[in-house]
Amino acid sequence: MANKNKEIFGQPVWVNNPVVVQILGICSALAVTAQLKPAIVMGLSVTVIVALANVVVSLLRKTIPNRIRIIVQLVVVAALVTIVSEVLKAFAYDVSVQLSVYIGLIITNCILMGRLEAFAMQNGPKESLLDGIGNGLGYAAILIIVAFVRELLGSGTLFGFQVIPQWCYEHGYLNNGMMLMSPMALILVGCIIWVHRAQFKDLQEK
Amino acid sequence: MATKEFKCKVCGYVHKGDKAPDICPVCKAGASEFEAVKKGLDTNSNIYTVVYAAVMVVIVAFLLVFVSDSLKERQQANIIQDTYKQILYSLNIREMGNVAETYKSTIEGDYLMNADGSLKQLSNDEFCTKYKSEFKSGRLHIFKANVDGAVKYIIPVNGLGLWGEIWGYVALNEDRNTIYGTYFSHASETPGLGGEVGTQYFQERFIGKQILQNGNVNLSVVKFGQAKDGVYEVDGLTGATITSKGVNSMLNDVLSAYKPFFNGNN
Repeated sequence: MANKNKEIFGQPVWVNNPVVVQILGICSALAVTAQLKPAIVMGLSVTVIVALANVVVSLLRKTIPNRIRIIVQLVVVAALVTIVSEVLKAFAYDVSVQLSVYIGLIITNCILMGRLEAFAMQNGPKESLLDGIGNGLGYAAILIIVAFVRELLGSGTLFGFQVIPQWCYEHGYLNNGMMLMSPMALILVGCIIWVHRAQFKDLQEK
Repeated sequence: MATKEFKCKVCGYVHKGDKAPDICPVCKAGASEFEAVKKGLDTNSNIYTVVYAAVMVVIVAFLLVFVSDSLKERQQANIIQDTYKQILYSLNIREMGNVAETYKSTIEGDYLMNADGSLKQLSNDEFCTKYKSEFKSGRLHIFKANVDGAVKYIIPVNGLGLWGEIWGYVALNEDRNTIYGTYFSHASETPGLGGEVGTQYFQERFIGKQILQNGNVNLSVVKFGQAKDGVYEVDGLTGATITSKGVNSMLNDVLSAYKPFFNGNN
């Protein structure tokens, strides 16, 4: 059982990563990864929300009418996101300003619906919690990798601090403005998928 | 309820008893074709679905109302605190201990501009955080501040960037012309590009610039690197043309409404 739980938790972090394997949550991965800070905050918020939503839906799973299950899942997610957003506004105002629109974007994150539908509807609350945290962290990991590259090459900074020294600029180095555009995030996610598939050959499509 | 029900999957015949019959009396199918009919709530029935949805919506609605209501006061306090902070940022006070105390000791009062440019002081209870609707309804706020003995005026501004609202505060020297400091913020500009309006280095470009030229508001935010030496042009943001233009029209639109104040002496 312990091994199984470890697998539920560990698999989605890299081997069965929601972003690079299931290709879920790409839209927000493009939107928030121009800088590291929002990427990390978004990654953590999604982790919290997907874990909570997984537990709630898993507890309700036997009572949910089959025909409106997607709606029920959506209501659970939307309610949780709204509550988290309200609580942040009251107790961590700076974080909520930092998150601004992204917190609303969590509702539309496909990872949530994907995990609720594929996992929480069939499994108990404990496994669902682990699955939610695992998937959230997997998503956060990809966000952080993409944001690291984009902020470093796009603005020459990390967490807002200048890391590329001034003399580089004096010798003709330029920040790559392309990196700050969303398409580059897609290309970077593509590169990560490439590395991932090189490691796990059985996932390659013929 | 002692007996169970078994339904024939072939013809739909329902048999009552402890176990499935060997042969279906209607279609002669074997016992393996029978399945137990579940007792209890049928989660697929229409009534269950409708009731479930209704109950769920009511519960969620009450939960949200409860959460929002119980946190409202704290949220409002945070918003006021944040507005204080933004106003102080425009005075180049970026580090502060207690926000409310710093605000009280720096800002002398919140005023409304009358049509002739004179000011009417508002009481502390009238402190407001929604300057966009205030501006639209013609209530033109001006804050009077005292920084190390010098009088400063702060004007809240708001406008549109590329994706959403941008807003800020412009602090003027006593001559009602030279910019002492600015603060801008945004709702959803692109991080790293338009989002840079919220950064200190951009806001400091405005310091020392003048807003009035021959009695009219004329301060332009131009393409980066094109600001000529002078006091009426400010470098915009690289890669964020529309946001820069938004800042430009925000400043000109809002500040123009304050012309009577700039040109008056009262």
